[in-house]
Amino acid sequence: MADEHYPEDLKYHPEHDWARVEGDTATLGITWFAQDALGEIVFFEPPAVGTTISRDAAYAEVESVKAVSEVIAPLSGEIIEVNDALADAPETINDDPYDAGWMVKVKLSDPAEADALMDVGAYRQHLDEGA
Amino acid sequence: MSSQAPATPLRRTSLYEAHVAAGAKIVPFAGWEMPVQYADGIKVEHLTVRSDAGLFDVSHMGEIETAGPQAVAYLQRLFTNDVTKMPVGGAQYALICREDGGVIDDLFTYRLAENRFLTVTNASNHATDFAWFAENAGGFDVDVIDRANEYAMLALQGPAARDVLSRVIDGAEPVRMKICETRIAGASALVAGTGYTGEDGVEMMLAPGDAAAVWNALLAEGAVPAGLGARDTLRLEVCFPLYGNELSLDRNPLEAGLGWAVALDTGFIGAEALIATNESGPAQRLVPFVFTGPGIPRQGNAVFVNDAEIGVVTSGTMAPSLDVGAGMAYVNSEFAEPGTAIEVDVRGKPRAAEIRAKPLYKRPA
Repeated sequence: MADEHYPEDLKYHPEHDWARVEGDTATLGITWFAQDALGEIVFFEPPAVGTTISRDAAYAEVESVKAVSEVIAPLSGEIIEVNDALADAPETINDDPYDAGWMVKVKLSDPAEADALMDVGAYRQHLDEGA
Repeated sequence: MSSQAPATPLRRTSLYEAHVAAGAKIVPFAGWEMPVQYADGIKVEHLTVRSDAGLFDVSHMGEIETAGPQAVAYLQRLFTNDVTKMPVGGAQYALICREDGGVIDDLFTYRLAENRFLTVTNASNHATDFAWFAENAGGFDVDVIDRANEYAMLALQGPAARDVLSRVIDGAEPVRMKICETRIAGASALVAGTGYTGEDGVEMMLAPGDAAAVWNALLAEGAVPAGLGARDTLRLEVCFPLYGNELSLDRNPLEAGLGWAVALDTGFIGAEALIATNESGPAQRLVPFVFTGPGIPRQGNAVFVNDAEIGVVTSGTMAPSLDVGAGMAYVNSEFAEPGTAIEVDVRGKPRAAEIRAKPLYKRPA
């Protein structure tokens, strides 16, 4: 499992999801805190390409041995790519939550939504406050 | 996630500090703060028990002692199994039932002497069990004593468990389904050749004040701490029932496939109801199943055959030794045959599965 870290270049959602925004697309995943709380991830099934997702709503589920957790969309848009490698190796989300463990890529319907997300400093403060 | 405030403060076993020091994730369980897993996680702990030796703190489980000239006759009235078949120094699995056959608890009992027995209860049922024992003791010359606070309980399980134990035990180890009084790492202990993982190993009952020293001695000899999470996945792979999942007041032992622990001719409480079930055949049966595609079953998922609901999942998990989603379910008896294709509704998604024979996991010969 990876050491606790939160990259500077990501935007964060209070439900422990991150977004890497590049123009009008974004890559999404869950934070180190989220994967640590879940424990060893044993199942992830991405939604289909073409699915529309909405900010603050669940777009997927991630499962550990004991628990099921919803993955919340930090931004709205249409899924244009999914990380198929996670089907066979869901533990990648534990090992490398921000790079190899990415979940979906989205064409944003409203890129300005990203302004409402937290930067790393605000997210760390959110964690310090008991998340 | 939501949590409910417990009615009474949570209790800690004498090993609580040892668990925290070992990196345990502590969760509330049946009124206790128990380690669900340690730093390496449930999967690693599970596989360690299958390949090596895992050490569990199961001190939350309760104990009831029954002693007296009529102990056998009394327990014969309470237990579904034939108590007379348990030799001194032996162990036996049984259930206690209400008159209607509903299961109050499932229990292991050890015969410590001709007229002295020690029964291990599930933590969540201990108070109910003890009340049931006491309520039904009238007319029998027996003493029924709550011993729950007098024992810590450890389980050392896995193919290397006996090798680990041999380095700290005084004298011979008990063989499977036997119990003996001996010393481990200097501490007086009851050691039994029983367990809940499908692996070889022992369970140990000892004074709570000695538990930490014995725990540390077994870890020093190579056992690895394993939590309640691994205990659950291990028992599920070998299809051992868990009270509250497979067993409840609404299910009887024959539905649960526990007829091997039921002696219908011994006059126990609930026997008449079970004789009737035995004649008609249970309407539903408990069966193990595995997913033939993606997904993980969970307790409460509905089971379907050809779009008709025919059962419900009682336990489900990703089975670490099988590397697939697997579980147990009650299904209508006509669908209980191994090989039957079923569909499990996992939060709205139909998942393909197949009923299998018990156990799902068998240790290599």
